This record gives sequence, structure tokens and C-alpha cells, in this order.
Amino acid sequence: MLNTVLDFVPEIPIAENTKKFTDWLTDTFAFLFDPIKENLESFMEFTADNLILIPPVIVILLVAVLAFFISGKKFGLAAFSIVGLWLIYNQGFWDHLMNTFTLVLISSLLSVIIGVPVGILMSKSKTAEAIITPILDFMQTMPAFVYLIPAVAFFGIGMVPGVFASLIFATPPTVRFTNLGIRQVSKELVEASEAFGSTGSQKLFKVELPMAKATIMAGINQTVMLALSMVVIASMIGAPGLGTEVLSALQRAQVGTGFVAGVGIVILAIIIDRFTQTVNTKNK
Amino acid sequence: MPVIEVKNLSKVFGKNPKQALKRLDEGMSKDAILKETGNTVGVNRASFSVEEGEIFVIMGLSGSGKSTLVRLINRLIEPTEGHVLIDGEDLAAMDKKSLRQVRREKLSMVFQKFALFPQRTILENAEYGLEIQNVAKDVRKKKAQEALEMVGLGGYLHQKPGQLSGGMQQRVGLARALANDPEVLLMDEAFSALDPLIRKEMQDELIDLQAGMKKTILFITHDLDEALRIGDRIALMKDGSIVQIGTPEEILVNPANDYVEKFVEDVDRSKVLSAQNIMKRPETINIEKHGPRVALERMREEGLSSIFVVDSKRNLKGYVTADDASEARKKDIRDIHEILKNDIPRVEKDTAMNEIFDVIYDSPIPVAVIENDKLVGIIVRGAVIAALAGEGEVKLDA
Ligand SMILES: Nc1ncnc2c1ncn2[C@@H]1O[C@H](COP(=O)(O)OP(=O)(O)O)[C@@H](O)[C@H]1O
Ligand SMILES: [Mg+2]
Repeated sequence: MLNTVLDFVPEIPIAENTKKFTDWLTDTFAFLFDPIKENLESFMEFTADNLILIPPVIVILLVAVLAFFISGKKFGLAAFSIVGLWLIYNQGFWDHLMNTFTLVLISSLLSVIIGVPVGILMSKSKTAEAIITPILDFMQTMPAFVYLIPAVAFFGIGMVPGVFASLIFATPPTVRFTNLGIRQVSKELVEASEAFGSTGSQKLFKVELPMAKATIMAGINQTVMLALSMVVIASMIGAPGLGTEVLSALQRAQVGTGFVAGVGIVILAIIIDRFTQTVNTKNK
Repeated sequence: MPVIEVKNLSKVFGKNPKQALKRLDEGMSKDAILKETGNTVGVNRASFSVEEGEIFVIMGLSGSGKSTLVRLINRLIEPTEGHVLIDGEDLAAMDKKSLRQVRREKLSMVFQKFALFPQRTILENAEYGLEIQNVAKDVRKKKAQEALEMVGLGGYLHQKPGQLSGGMQQRVGLARALANDPEVLLMDEAFSALDPLIRKEMQDELIDLQAGMKKTILFITHDLDEALRIGDRIALMKDGSIVQIGTPEEILVNPANDYVEKFVEDVDRSKVLSAQNIMKRPETINIEKHGPRVALERMREEGLSSIFVVDSKRNLKGYVTADDASEARKKDIRDIHEILKNDIPRVEKDTAMNEIFDVIYDSPIPVAVIENDKLVGIIVRGAVIAALAGEGEVKLDA
């Protein structure tokens, strides 16, 4: 029969080998993963705990004032921030909000710290670009849930594996846009900087990065949004925050609670999005 | 020693440049090489040298390799073959650090589309070259400001390039290049993006600047009028090769081949040629020795209707006409002074031809060409017309 052709090769043990590989990684690099987990976890808990300690009214006012100035002295975003944040407080989700914010903040920061240099490397070397591009495609198309499994293997449960999964899922836009932004800098400007005798790093820091800033910021904005979208997924492996509420509402079919927690995430998303976007347009 | 010396310099873009060079040696054309090998000849065995204080223009149609050539000179493009010497030092042999040093200290570039850094202010743009040399902030600010004042932009220090007109932006480009106090300015079609009036203005200013600062300037253009206007010498490029190098007059008057001739055909010669190119050796008589009789004889021999009168030092004293001279002979007048006329149209040796028109238009006698009060030549109406028509009778450096 025809299927015998397909069955000619017995099933290749990809899954098994991936597991073996992950186990090997976990065992071999435990000396690395364990301290990362411990330090990062305590740092994040420390951050979240301190955020929670600040009286909510002060946080809300601070965000509103920042929003006012960042959006060019307009009241829209400030008003939205006040109402939105107050609503979350009112629903009793303030602590969750602070946890979620910490998770998004830390994983976005790490994404940027890793993503921008990788993007620069990519823009400087065709080989690097050829190698990294498919990896980025892979990272972005793989369902985010899949990252949870090695994340748990490496880091157990809690915030840190959440950060790890988010890092893999959310870093690609920053890398791509950094690469794109630098490659888009006009050839004449690069030539000008070289013609005056710039070193490679002078060219990068004085011309290419400033010119690419708007594009890089657009990538960072996407990264932050993706990190936020990982919040619910990360809660499946025990990362505290608004996602936990969504997840437990789902498990218990509590439409109301699920909706409220979801709205909380949306409010946070809108505020963060506007903040990163206006920072961007202001610098143009 | 020349400031820039280019020896046998070639650049081929593509996968197999050496092979393409070999084809060039076998006499294949740029087009044929592109078709057969897929390699583009950018510059083909260019050789020339530029002396200190000279404005050397490289001219050619779009695609003839001008930009490639100028970028080979500061090694923004690596040559396929050949050498570039700056003050006698071979650029090709330099490591990155010494190359940077040469770029910082000796060569500054001005770009066609200005290439200003848009996020920097005008002052910060002009500071760039010094900033990357880690010159102290107040020093570089002062130098950049001086350079900006030199190009007339002292009042725009804190604007962004986007706020300025094209002409002003290119002044910033020029100031940025001058702030480094380089020996050489490399200008790649620096004025091509400007509209004609601004362009003329910039050309004049460049000539003035150069006269004051004695920079060596390598100026690229596709515009023959511009080349003729500002160039001390011009190299004409075609398909990557230099087809002729010479002063504007040499190029106009003695085109090396049909290509150059076609190129210069339409040029407004009246602006480029001057009195010395079209003047003839004057027939004269000496006021201290000769009388009306000699004058008349000389005129008869040469078939002239008038003749200029000079003293022994060739100072122009006047002219006599054939009519007056024969009248004088009849009346037996011996003294030439009695029939001497003095209403002679005069021009200097370097008066441009378009100014000679007005003088010669209603003059019955030839125009006298004067240098240091001495008569050095005459211009007859026919010579002006012949020169304008591009015919051969003009000569160089009489
Ligand atoms: N980077 C490049 N790669 C391939 N071909 C090039 C490159 N730069 C220039 N050329 C080719 O070299 C020739 C000369 O170009 P260029 O020096 O820019 O001419 P010009 O400045 O006189 O217009 C053209 O045929 C052009 O297509
Ligand atoms: Mg060009």
C-alpha cells in the first residue's frame, strides 16, 4: 500500500530527544539557572512588594501627572489613567496589577537589553542576519504555551519562568526593528560619518542609533505589548497578577470575575501603549 | 609635491573584478563587460594629480564614475587596483587607524544631498568632525561657530537642518567640512541639488573661500558650465575613464576627441574665452621713429585701413587711419602727432568675450588688448564671430 512508503522510516523520536536535550540542559546548567531564578525572583518580589506598599492614590496621581506631560499637556490620557486605575483598585485587583506590572516591566527591560544588541549585530553582519531571522520567525510562530514547558523545567514555577517565556515570545520585534532601523539609515549619512573619520562605535552611537531611534522604539512598543499578552499565559505556571484571576475565573466558569480582570489588563495595556508610543513620537 | 596623486586607479563592482580588468585591457567596452561578466566598471585606470591650492574639477555624465572616483580618494570605496597618495602617503597601504587619521585631518567631504544629521542642530552638525576627534567642547564649539560664520550662517546655530533651505543646508555641509580645517575638500556634486541662482552664488562663494583659505578642492560635477566656471583644471570622464585633463580653455579649444568636442559644443563660449584667446599679433608703427609715410606703406603691405601707434616700450599712443595718412603725405606733413587719433577701444588680456561684444560692436577699428598699459594684441570683429562659432582660429596663451 501507499502508506508503506510513508512508513518506510520509523517515527523519528523528536519529542523524546527534545525532552532529553532539555533535561540535559537543566542538569548541566543548573548552576546557572538556579542562581538566576533565586536572584531574579527575590528582586521581582521585592519590586512588586514595594510597589504594593506605595499608597494607590499616590501611584494613580503620579501616573496621571506623567501622562499629562508625556502626551504634550493634554488631559485625555491623564483622565483615562485616573479612571482606569481607580476602577482596578475599586475591583480589589490593585495587588494583582502591581504584580502584573512588575512582570511586564522586568521582562520588557530584559527583552530590550538583549534585543537591541542582537538587532545591532544583525544590522552589521549579513551572516548574522541570515542566521537570526529564521530563529526569530520560529520564536514568534511557536505557540507561546510551548515555552512554558522548558521554562518550568529550567526555573520551576513562579515569576521567573514567566519572564523567561515572555522573553522568548516578546523579544523578536525589538530585534527586528533595531535591525531594520539601522539598515534604513540613509547611505549618505553613514558615508558622511565615515568620511569624517568616525570609528565603528562613533558611527553607531552618534549617527545610526539616533537615526534609528523612532523605529527601535516602535519595536520596543510591540515587545511591551507582547510581554503584557503573556501575563495570562504566565499565570498558568504560577506567575502572580491579573492573569491569575482570569485563569481561575476560566477554571470556575466565573464570567463576571473573568471580565473584570480582563478589563484590568486592557486598561494597563492602553496606558502602557500610549506611554511608549508618545515617548516615541515626541523624539521624532 | 602634489596633495593628491592618483595612479592607475580602478574600481570594478561585482563578483569578479580582476577578470573584468583584464577584459578592459583587451579593449572591451564597459557595456560589453557588464553584459558578458555582470561586473560594472566604476573607474578605469584613472591617473591625475592635484596641486596644493588648486580647484580640480572632475566632470562627466551621470554614471561616468565620478562619485566612485571621489570615494576611492578617501577610501570609502576600496580600489580594485591602483594607488591614491595623499601628501605622498599611500592610502591603500594604511591600516584603519591611520586611514581614520587622514580622513580626520586632511580630507573633508561635502555631499550632493547635504547628508546633514537631522537630529543635530546646525552647530552640532558643524562640530561633528571635531567631536569624533574628542576635541574639548568649548574649542570645537568655537571652531564650528567660526566655520558657520564664514559661510554666513552665524545666526542659525541652534536650528535643525530641516528648518533651512537647500542652499543654507549645503552651507552647513560646507561649514562642517571646513571646521576640521582640512587640506582637501572633496565635493561630490555639492551644488547639483540647488536651484540655478543659489548655485551661482555658492560657486562664487566657493571661489572666494578658496582664494582666502587656499584649500585644495576636488570638485565633482555633471555640469560643464559649473566646471568651466570654478575649475583651475578639469578632468573629463566617460564610462569610468578620464578622457581629457586640462584647463577650461584647453578643453574648449582643443578637445581631445569627438566625445569631448560633442560635450563642449553647446557651451556658452563667450563666458569662458577671453581676449587673449582670440587676439592677433598687432601691426604697429613706432611714434619715435616713423612718420605718416611709413604708416601708409605698412598699411598698404598688410591691407589695413588703420594702424596702431606705440612707443619703444610698446605703450599704446593712438592710431592713424589710411585716409589721414595719405592726406598727410599729400600735404607733406612729417609729424605723425598731427594725424594721431586716440579714441581706441581697449580691453584687458583677460576680459571675457561677452564683454568684448559691447566694445567691438560699433568700433570702426580693431579693439586693442592691453596688459600693464602695453599693447599685446588686437581683436578684429571676425575673430569674435569665428570663436563663438567654435571654429579653429583661437589660440592659447598668446
Ligand atoms: N555600489 C555599487 N555597486 C555596483 N555598481 C555601482 C555601485 N556604485 C556605482 N556603481 C556603478 O558604477 C558606475 C559609476 O557610478 P557613479 O560613480 O555613481 O557615477 P556618477 O557619480 O558619475 O554618476 C555606474 O555604472 C554605477 O551604476
Ligand atoms: Mg554621482
